[in-house]
Amino acid sequence: MNLLNRFIDRLQQTGAATIHSFRRLGRASVFLLEVISSCVSLFVRPMLVVKQLYSVGVQTLIIIVVAGLFVGMVMALQSYYALVDFGAEDSVGVMVALSLLRELGPVVTALLFAGRAGSALTAEIGLMKATEQLSGMEMMAVNPMQRIVAPRFMAGVISMPLLATIFSAVGVMGAYLVAVQLLGLDSGSFWSQPQNKVDLHLDLYNGIIKSVVFGVVATWIAVFEGYDCIPTSEGLGQATTRTVVHSSLAILFLDFVLTALMFAK
Amino acid sequence: MISRKIEILVGLFVAAGIAAFFMLAMSVSNMSSYSSGESYEIKARFDNIGGLKVRSPVSAGGVTIGRVSDIQYNSESYEAEVSMRIEAKYNKFPVDTAASILTSGLLGEQFIGFEPGAEDEFLQSGDVIDLTQSALVLEQIIGQFLYSMSDNDDTGDAE
Repeated sequence: MNLLNRFIDRLQQTGAATIHSFRRLGRASVFLLEVISSCVSLFVRPMLVVKQLYSVGVQTLIIIVVAGLFVGMVMALQSYYALVDFGAEDSVGVMVALSLLRELGPVVTALLFAGRAGSALTAEIGLMKATEQLSGMEMMAVNPMQRIVAPRFMAGVISMPLLATIFSAVGVMGAYLVAVQLLGLDSGSFWSQPQNKVDLHLDLYNGIIKSVVFGVVATWIAVFEGYDCIPTSEGLGQATTRTVVHSSLAILFLDFVLTALMFAK
Repeated sequence: MISRKIEILVGLFVAAGIAAFFMLAMSVSNMSSYSSGESYEIKARFDNIGGLKVRSPVSAGGVTIGRVSDIQYNSESYEAEVSMRIEAKYNKFPVDTAASILTSGLLGEQFIGFEPGAEDEFLQSGDVIDLTQSALVLEQIIGQFLYSMSDNDDTGDAE
């Protein structure tokens, strides 16, 4: 009898956890719709977005540039050693460019973005909630959705594709430095092979579409976790952790789905 | 109010993003090879196109003069029908120009090579090239080679 009771308790816990996560998912979806509809008000106050673009985009730029440079350099080195056995070391340029534009640019940028900007957004909004600034705004008839959440969401969505393109461009430069300056490959074939193989629509545009999708998802998770957090210091810490974990997982999963949709033939 | 410095930095950030996009578009991707100007269409029929694809280059004397725009299979003549868009400035190909499917390098991509003829009339938009040479399919060549080898062996035995 005791065993049966414990079994039913377990069952109840599982059910409660499932209902809880579905409820959160539903809240998050309603929240996203609210945020998007609040974004209309940003046309009246574009300066709110500019200020957030600074803290979300510009301050993330340095980590993106450094990471892009080193990712490009490492990729050039590794693909050189793999390709030189086949006498195909001239293809280093096209290999690095394709990998960066299709996958690494959007994905690595989005992961860094979730860690650097997403966690900061969650912490900021969560602290505002914990110190009752958000309810204070409501008391003054200022809609915190329009004033706080929408500008941050918009700034994230605008920043991500810009950051991802900068990442890819810097990565290609890094690969150029290693391949041409260090390993002594011909700079003409380094640039001309990608120009033959990399397609503007298939590769460049699809990479940008990916980065926009990642930007929406990462910023959505970040602002939702902040807005929905338990307003204590512990709840805030958990929310920040959840932001990074959930957005990283969502980005990697979505990357697979998008790649399957875009590049599968 | 937001300080001037922040606005300038945001402006720089957006400009850097757009600059990076154009740098990728111009120097890494094939945007520069998208024929911006006018072009005309020529068709050619091949028995076998091998690995030729849409957007494969068309070249004359090693210079890319256009790209394959469409590939269809004609089930009446049992031939592959390849449409090519040739840049308008290369409009002086004689009507007896030969088109053959070549391979760049041993295992490289396939492309169409033009070999100009000697007629006085030039190919117009919509014309069909009659002189064509199909792609070399490695398996067939190896098969023929083995076949001729065994032939030689037979004759050698007979002598």
